[in-house]
Amino acid sequence: MKVGVARSLSIVFCVVILAALLLAFFPLRIDSREEVFEIPQGTWAQRMSGNSVSILPDQIYLALGVRDLLVLRNLDDVPQMFGPTLIMPGQSFKLPFELASEYDFACTAHASGQMRVVVDPEPTPGWPRLLWRVKNLFR
Amino acid sequence: MMLIIRSVMVLALFIAMVGTATAENNPAATQQLKSGVFDPPRMAPDFSLPSSLDKPFTLSNARGKVLVLGFGFSHCPNVCPMTLANLAQTYKNLGALADQVQVVYMTVDPERDTPARLREYLANFNSHFIGVTGSADELAAVRQSYGIIAKKEVHKNGGTYEVHHSSYIYLIDRDGLLRALVPFGKSADDITHDITILLHEKTQQAGL
Repeated sequence: MKVGVARSLSIVFCVVILAALLLAFFPLRIDSREEVFEIPQGTWAQRMSGNSVSILPDQIYLALGVRDLLVLRNLDDVPQMFGPTLIMPGQSFKLPFELASEYDFACTAHASGQMRVVVDPEPTPGWPRLLWRVKNLFR
Repeated sequence: MMLIIRSVMVLALFIAMVGTATAENNPAATQQLKSGVFDPPRMAPDFSLPSSLDKPFTLSNARGKVLVLGFGFSHCPNVCPMTLANLAQTYKNLGALADQVQVVYMTVDPERDTPARLREYLANFNSHFIGVTGSADELAAVRQSYGIIAKKEVHKNGGTYEVHHSSYIYLIDRDGLLRALVPFGKSADDITHDITILLHEKTQQAGL
């Protein structure tokens, strides 16, 4: 009986270690470093008809070296205040980040009038990547 | 039991080797500017307003130079002094190239910022900086065309006020295109980097 419990505990321990190692060292797949948000066509018309349209989350999470280029794209037919600036129809605004920090921007698209961009340090293999992946599980 | 532990150790070693040695598919952004860029860029909205030069400043007349356009006010307690100090340092960094760059600072507080007041204030940072003012309506129209927010807040204890405003600056290239938005807090080195790129772009085109 005792041998059986010890064996089960050993297996659980090994699985936990293996999972942690996977999270800490498994390579990241990075197809693009852009985090894109788009204003769909017809958004202005919807707002004018009284519908609230939410496009940007209150907080945007980025990570250096993985996803560190914020792209705001206006596909609507009218200029839009989107994030920190005015973006014309068909225009994109690309904002790169090079420092891990929290950035607050005035944004009329939010009820609070503010948009926060949280930029994490680069999740290099090992502890930083493990921490970053675990943090993302709870976001 | 030992077999399980050994297997995990071997697997762990393999994962660690893959994780550290594999070249991650990481197509670095080819974007050159450190600031936020507009794609495609649009023409910077034009204006012609009273300035610290004691004559109207017309944006389109400044074509051929890289313009740095900021919005603020001379009584601003912290944001504007930091931005202007950064721009003054940028001018120094640029050296001889600074002649091809013009900082234009448009007030969001026309009640207090007369042309003379702007000239005096901006000279604390760099005497070549140009201050622009105008009527409240004229300035509001320009702000709207650039997506700049400004909101006056009167203090409860004595009638003084301040103006909360967008804290970023714009970079306009030699052709008058609104190219980039520099977020508040960017270093003078980063701003110098971006202005230098814009200055050299035109040089390359002229050489074709």
